[in-house]
Amino acid sequence: MPYSPLLVNPMRAELTSCGFEELLSADAVDRFMKEKAVSGMLVINSVCGCAAGQARPGVRAAIESDARPMHLATVFAGQDIEATARARSSFPEVPPSSPSIALFKDGELVYFVPRHRIESRSAEEVARDLTDAFDRYFAAAIA
Amino acid sequence: MGERFAPHQDRSELHGFTLVVDTDGPEIYIGRCDDVTEREVILLDVDVHREGDGNRTKEQFVERAAQVGTWKKHDMMVLPRGRVVSIRKLGDL
Repeated sequence: MPYSPLLVNPMRAELTSCGFEELLSADAVDRFMKEKAVSGMLVINSVCGCAAGQARPGVRAAIESDARPMHLATVFAGQDIEATARARSSFPEVPPSSPSIALFKDGELVYFVPRHRIESRSAEEVARDLTDAFDRYFAAAIA
Repeated sequence: MGERFAPHQDRSELHGFTLVVDTDGPEIYIGRCDDVTEREVILLDVDVHREGDGNRTKEQFVERAAQVGTWKKHDMMVLPRGRVVSIRKLGDL
């Protein structure tokens, strides 16, 4: 059952306030995957305090990097059910987890951070993992 | 930034972490920790592997899980502590 918007909205805003497009429907996910996943990051947001509490600030810090993907988007697991299911169908070989973070290049999933790689790390460590991946997959595009 | 959120302080410090729980039998379990007590380990969204299934050892199963995660086979499992030989965080592997 979805949580109250009073609880969830600040968690949404933590990402939308720094430039993430919120994908609220399957159609919105399809558009993102078709038009923007050439260089994109999709954050599967979550209420879970055990991991999302590090994920969101980690993501916010990581996107300060010049090498970040061009397009930033998010779906909210447990809240935006249809959009989250459609997003996960874009990488069916990866078990679902939330929070999690997917990087796309040329429409292909190139890097994925599952929940268990977030819950054991600080926000700084999550940010470092992401910026390393940005450098690996996207830096050449801006050089 | 950097402050660890500390939820559910009435639970084990492992609450919320994805754990690899090995047993003295052929089964190994990976799931999100609800609680660890003197008597039992309670896991949510649990995947289980039996030694040799799919021609994979327990450790090969764990190595794969550490890369991409696991597929839930059970909503919850309660494992007696007497059968548990090790508890590790999947994220540390």
